[in-house]
Amino acid sequence: MDTAIEVEGLVVKRGKRVVLDGFSCVIPRGSVTGLLGPSGSGKTTLMRAIVGVQVVAGGTVTVLGHPAGSAPLRRKIGYLTQAPSVYADLTVAENTRYFASLYRLRSADADRAIEAVGLADHRNQLVANLSGGQRSRASLACAIVSRPEVLVLDEPTVGQDPVLRDELWDHFRRLAADGATVLVSSHVMDEANRCDRLLLIREGVLIADDTPAAVKTAAGTQDLDEAFLRLIKQQAVAA
Amino acid sequence: MILASTIRRIITQLRHDPRTIAMIIVVPTLLITLIYFMYEGMPNIFDRIALTMLGIFPFIVMFLITSIAMLRERTTGTLERLFTTPVGKLDLLFGYGVAFGLAAAVQAAVAAGFAYWVLDMHTAGSVSLVILIAVANAVLGVALGLLCSAFARTEFQAVQFMPLVVAPQLLLCGLFVPREEMAGWLQAISNLLPMSYSVEALTEVGANAEPTGIMWRDLTIVVGAIVVALILGAATLRRRTP
Repeated sequence: MDTAIEVEGLVVKRGKRVVLDGFSCVIPRGSVTGLLGPSGSGKTTLMRAIVGVQVVAGGTVTVLGHPAGSAPLRRKIGYLTQAPSVYADLTVAENTRYFASLYRLRSADADRAIEAVGLADHRNQLVANLSGGQRSRASLACAIVSRPEVLVLDEPTVGQDPVLRDELWDHFRRLAADGATVLVSSHVMDEANRCDRLLLIREGVLIADDTPAAVKTAAGTQDLDEAFLRLIKQQAVAA
Repeated sequence: MILASTIRRIITQLRHDPRTIAMIIVVPTLLITLIYFMYEGMPNIFDRIALTMLGIFPFIVMFLITSIAMLRERTTGTLERLFTTPVGKLDLLFGYGVAFGLAAAVQAAVAAGFAYWVLDMHTAGSVSLVILIAVANAVLGVALGLLCSAFARTEFQAVQFMPLVVAPQLLLCGLFVPREEMAGWLQAISNLLPMSYSVEALTEVGANAEPTGIMWRDLTIVVGAIVVALILGAATLRRRTP
């Protein structure tokens, strides 16, 4: 198994709270890994540490063999923040073209990304005038425009209609099939079945790190919500 | 390349906001017209005050616009995302400096053109020097705006920096009381404020047909202040945040 992301003993404090305390995990290359857990469990913090914008108190994060956030990685990483981070006073096309230009890509690449997120009909609309779901897809277009080797997506499917959500997941799967490493956070358990691997995280602690099938087998249930619950209880008994 | 597309992006954002463009272009001209009628029949006083105002407006407007624009980059997450891309801090700082500097040049040209040819303002020196100093002042406003945005968490806080940064410079720049006549300690403070030098430079253009040594020295000091503010601004731009 070829490793894309390796997190070892990561400690992150936000304010006085320790969000991640000695967190470790390994994410294989060319896979879709789901990062699942309730709100406030440390998913976003972990993703921020992986893309290198989080101040960390200890531990190491290595991405494609480089320390997270180092200069060579900035051409190879795509990051979708939880709240859409695009310019509301630019159109979808202008936003995507700007992010494309940062990687010296042309507007044809921007158009392809807009197409991939299903916003071709809205390309000349100001982001400020889009719906919440469309905005977050505009933001997604800017994250995938550079065809990054590592794509870190913080809740990309929130607020999307089911058909579109399905298409987005197909797209993530295609990217992974082409060799990209995709890390997707979600708190919707039914999306977990579409991942190659799952990281279940709760209160900064890794509860499971396995394939969806193995997680379900370990918990003895076919329902991932239920599996999550059982695994937490097992953990509590063990501790 | 990244710098060029960043400049283009910022100007495009501005272009999508015609109301702001109108305010940038029209408001200084309206205010100078107001000053004209306040001092009707006193052309010498109008010349002096209008000339000073041509330097001060771009500073105030660009300071405000920049501090809000940069605060938005910080609060909407675009800054965080940009820092995961190949964008450099200098691309951002110079991007804002150049884009808003260009807007300021248009603003200064319109306001100065109106003051000279419609309101009959007179200066011994050339109008192009007046515009040059006005643009330097605007870029100073951009640089200080970038810096101050780091200390504001909300837009409410950001606008509060305007009286803090602008008012003392306006009061002590020599417009209300000549700097030589101020108490020693006020003069000392005035000597530390960059706007004192840009106003002095403008006064030099007003009084002398040819650019003077004092004017060039003052302009150099303003440029120095811009560089210092940009360096401090760069220090507040962190790729990693808590």
